[in-house]
Amino acid sequence: MKLPVKMTINGQSVSHEVEPRLLLVHYIRETVGLTGTHVGCDTSQCGACTILMDGKAVKACTFFAVQCDGVKITTIEGLAKNGELHPIQQGFWEKHGLQCGFCTPGMILAAHQILERYPKPTEDQIRHQLEGNLCRCTGYHNIVKAIQWAAENMAGKK
Amino acid sequence: MATVERVLGKSIKRREDPRFITGRGTYVDDVKLPGTTFAVFVRSPHAHARIKKIDTAAALKHPGVVAIFTGKDMTGVNSLPCGWLLPGLKVPPHMPLASDAARCAGDPVAIVIAETHDAAEDAAEKVKVTWEVLPAVSDTAKATAKGAPQIHEVAPSNEAFTWQIGDAAAVDTAFRGAARVVKKKIVNQRLVANPMEPRACLASYDQANGDLTLWVTSQNPHVHRLLMAAFVLGIPEHKVRVIAPDVGGGFGSKIFLYNEETICSWATKQIKRPVRWTSTRREAFLTDAHGRDHVTEAEMAFDAQGKIVGLRVKTIAAMGAYLSTFAPAVPTYLYATLLNGVYTIPAIHAHVTGVFTNTTPVDAYRGAGRPEAAYLLERMIEAGAAALKLDVADIRKKNFIPKFDNGFQTQVALSYDSGDYGRAFDRLLEMVNYRKFRGEQEAARKQGRLLGIGFSTYIEACSIAPSKVVGSLGAQAGLYESGKVRVHPTGGVTVYTGSHSHGQGHETTFSQLVADELGVPMESVEIVHGDTGAIPFGMGTYGSRSGAVGGTAILMSLQKIKEKGKKIAAHLLEASPSDIEYTGGQFQVKGFPGKAVPFGQVALTAYVPHNYPEGLEPGLEETSFYDPSNFCFPFGAHACVVEVDRDTGQVKIVRYLAVDDVGNVMNPMIVDGMVHGGIAQGVGQALCEGAVYDDGQLVTGSMMDYAMPKADMLPMYETDRTVTPTPVNPLGVKGAGETGTIAATPAVMNAVVDALAPLGIDHIETMPLTAGRVWTIMKSAKR
Amino acid sequence: MYPAAFEYHAPTSVKDALKLLGKLKDSKLLAGGHSLIPMMKLRLAQPKHVIDLGKVKGLTGIKEDKGAFVVGAMTTHWDVESSKALKAKVPVVSETAAVIGDPAVRNKGTIGGSLAHADPAADMPATAIALGFEFVCEGAKGKRTVKADDWFKGLMETAIKANEVLTTIRIPMLPAGSGACYMKFPHPASRFAIVGVCAAVTIDKKTGNCTKVGVGVTGAGTKAVRAKGVEAALLGKKLDAATIEAAAQKAADGVDVQADLQGSVEYKAHLCRVFARRALEAALKRAQG
Repeated sequence: MKLPVKMTINGQSVSHEVEPRLLLVHYIRETVGLTGTHVGCDTSQCGACTILMDGKAVKACTFFAVQCDGVKITTIEGLAKNGELHPIQQGFWEKHGLQCGFCTPGMILAAHQILERYPKPTEDQIRHQLEGNLCRCTGYHNIVKAIQWAAENMAGKK
Repeated sequence: MATVERVLGKSIKRREDPRFITGRGTYVDDVKLPGTTFAVFVRSPHAHARIKKIDTAAALKHPGVVAIFTGKDMTGVNSLPCGWLLPGLKVPPHMPLASDAARCAGDPVAIVIAETHDAAEDAAEKVKVTWEVLPAVSDTAKATAKGAPQIHEVAPSNEAFTWQIGDAAAVDTAFRGAARVVKKKIVNQRLVANPMEPRACLASYDQANGDLTLWVTSQNPHVHRLLMAAFVLGIPEHKVRVIAPDVGGGFGSKIFLYNEETICSWATKQIKRPVRWTSTRREAFLTDAHGRDHVTEAEMAFDAQGKIVGLRVKTIAAMGAYLSTFAPAVPTYLYATLLNGVYTIPAIHAHVTGVFTNTTPVDAYRGAGRPEAAYLLERMIEAGAAALKLDVADIRKKNFIPKFDNGFQTQVALSYDSGDYGRAFDRLLEMVNYRKFRGEQEAARKQGRLLGIGFSTYIEACSIAPSKVVGSLGAQAGLYESGKVRVHPTGGVTVYTGSHSHGQGHETTFSQLVADELGVPMESVEIVHGDTGAIPFGMGTYGSRSGAVGGTAILMSLQKIKEKGKKIAAHLLEASPSDIEYTGGQFQVKGFPGKAVPFGQVALTAYVPHNYPEGLEPGLEETSFYDPSNFCFPFGAHACVVEVDRDTGQVKIVRYLAVDDVGNVMNPMIVDGMVHGGIAQGVGQALCEGAVYDDGQLVTGSMMDYAMPKADMLPMYETDRTVTPTPVNPLGVKGAGETGTIAATPAVMNAVVDALAPLGIDHIETMPLTAGRVWTIMKSAKR
Repeated sequence: MYPAAFEYHAPTSVKDALKLLGKLKDSKLLAGGHSLIPMMKLRLAQPKHVIDLGKVKGLTGIKEDKGAFVVGAMTTHWDVESSKALKAKVPVVSETAAVIGDPAVRNKGTIGGSLAHADPAADMPATAIALGFEFVCEGAKGKRTVKADDWFKGLMETAIKANEVLTTIRIPMLPAGSGACYMKFPHPASRFAIVGVCAAVTIDKKTGNCTKVGVGVTGAGTKAVRAKGVEAALLGKKLDAATIEAAAQKAADGVDVQADLQGSVEYKAHLCRVFARRALEAALKRAQG
């Protein structure tokens, strides 16, 4: 039996009737049609599905859409404002922080939380806070550099 | 006169990034078609079992089910082919849906197609399969033992092939005269590629014109089309279009033709609606081709000074339950032919037995055979150093093949292109500050700390491959590459490449190449890949071939474009074509920059041929197919410094350094990225990865059990390069994609052995070095 | 990847949640969902009804109450990790929360959900035992409090009854002169604890003796346990490297150590001892500091 759910995604209000078992990540990808959030595993390890929910980075694969009535979500598609890339997105571009791009949306949103909580993170802090995000392409070296670049470019830009 | 800044060789930011960093990539699971149905496969839970009955009655009644098919329904369909046939190879049937027996856990036996994912999943649970469970063998070393259950009728002792290379008699002689022989057992464990994007396909049959369109996560869409259409489903190739859009990593696992896309492509024709399948990660563990899985006895013979006089190798290599597309080539032609390494080895012999086991099929995984060879050589040379009490750097320097520019014939068929192994190693030692490290190590040892350094000087065969050579060795395909360059009337350029980018950045590097050759801005160049509907036949991306082979094909077409352009320009300038040169984006009379026509004008003229050379066809578009004359051989030297925690056995990577020579570098930033990613995978093999079977069941079947490196496991890498251009192709590019994966595993393993040397450890047989394994090794050590 | 179908309920009070628990057969409570939902995705759990506690009022928050912290069961690990109050007065609890899962998991996973689920390799159980958490369960007949020593009963089995909701966790503050530390050896893939030890010691200023000690061990066995042998070897003694080393030898006693790909029984028992020593040394330093 379907239930109504209403939430805000990237500033837009969306509401649908959904099956309780519909995972949030599938709601976002298939019902709402935003495919930038990816599914990379089935045990909540990989972080490819990371989104911001009420400002906090969470794994969209580990929620039912029906749990999320009333929440505010930002997906990767909602990060750039008025066509201007967020410094984290820019940092990933500048520092070659991506290769195949599949883990990238999740990485960027995980990085968003890192820089919010630790505006001047050490390399150790960045690596530790990326525990929930797997990349198979980059070896993480340039991802760390991308986040460091973003940190520098965001300092004093509040 | 327009001058465009040269961009090839520079670290240009990637042109593909904008869509990825904004979540607007198009991966297969993102493609949407109206009327799509969803497929779930019913798979064998057993490693080996006869199928007695498949009862789909209850499942068919489940709401939302559109169709259910089993192997019996798929009539007129052939086996998934093996694309590399060794002499004497036993080739068992490999039907897309097994109907007689399942031969590994995960073997699909039915496809359930429904209106929604949920319905397909629910209905699949209702399919009742009656199994007769059979004994299974999953241990590679035990596959051919007496009494092991026979997996295929055609292979009585589960032996798929035996193969050898080199000179056994010369090796015997060399060993007899050797001062010291070191013999070791080496297990190169099974790995799971795990690209972050799981495999997926969307197959759509158009009733109106009989065309099949297949979106699939492939590294080589034309190969997929050829194998599936011609060999399995019997559909004419020109009625099939295969599209590999954005693909999230492959590392080899997306080369092969798999059951799933084949079955979906067949099924869509039956139900006349699109059929989508996206692998779960669990399925990926179980069904993506696995990598490595060799068990080896290696013997290296030295003279009294530490020069290698002979190498004898005996390897058992797992094929798994079936022969995957390129499987037999990996532990033979991609492995044993690299056993000369970067060393002068006068006598080499290798014997390889390929065996069937009730496990997931094994095939190429980043490096594909070359990591296994490099690991063996680098482990053995350091074991030799330990036995002879020589320094591990010195013993290598003694044995490096001296610098050469154009050809070195190995003892194992291959002829290397160009190399300067000593130079890369010297640079590495400089970066490491080697003597200083040994001093630090001594001080640390006095404090009881276990600090170690390991080296790895590797070589690999890339730019795969000369077609006639591989054909004579059993390849059922050519290994050339296609490149079509289409200049548009208004001067923009579209390049259609048979190479495929699933992380390699070809949209950037190839447009750098075009921009430099034609003297046009990069922004006016578009690179198209991944669509058989648009691109001439190509073999795809693996084996570090896209720069060398794909790039050269494009270069050849660019040169043809320029030659034709010269003829048109000559006509416009009333000169002879031989007097025309192309420089700075314009065709000019040699020595007269004032007498020139820009590229754009030539382009327009080609399509509006009013003032035009007699007998010359209009248009400005050229296609080339480049078949390399040889492999190319990137090489390098890596070093890893580790510290082992005495209490827990945990290995920590303190430093990781790499010097790689990939020949000329098209984009240093992208090449470095390839090295970084490869290092992480190589470290993963050494320290935490490993696909483990227990009685036919894959115990490491999820990301909760199979550990891949995370960011906090790895340091920043210290990298440099030497540049030894290859004479094989005009770009001088050797190939870069697999360097790190090949080099890192032995560097890490050697470092741990060095760290444990004070305990009397001189070799470790198996990987990964989990903390538990290291602790057990330490505990049972002599001191 | 696709859970089986279920009916979803979102009560707004504990009373309503209890009513549903009593009425619905085959139901599971949903807290943060980061243990339950992964199991449902693999269809290892297929409850007919899911009762989401996410909208129930009064189950979150960290308050001080007479020498203890009263933590709502639905308080997230991140809230525990970042709580200034906890960090000031019982920092080991925040320290433990900070190593659970990963940052995204901690933003939604809850302290109550984790402790009620009682995964044998979870982190917080070790700290719950070492500090003597108290678990307040509410049922149709009212509330009851269960001590940590009575809470962890078996493999993923706690003292909670079928028709109860864990509402609150009481975390006693340690007396003056105390120090505590949680240390874990993480699984390289899952980052659960292969072994995790929480040690809490109280040192009497005058005598220098250990007047109170609590040691909880998680990860190696089928449930988290109190390392009674370790505690007995330290209580009343002067703590130094030697006494700690000797006491730590008992850290695997009473743990039914399970071998797996990460190590043999011998290795894991050894890790219990190593981490008991390390956690105790750190706890002592903090007590003295």
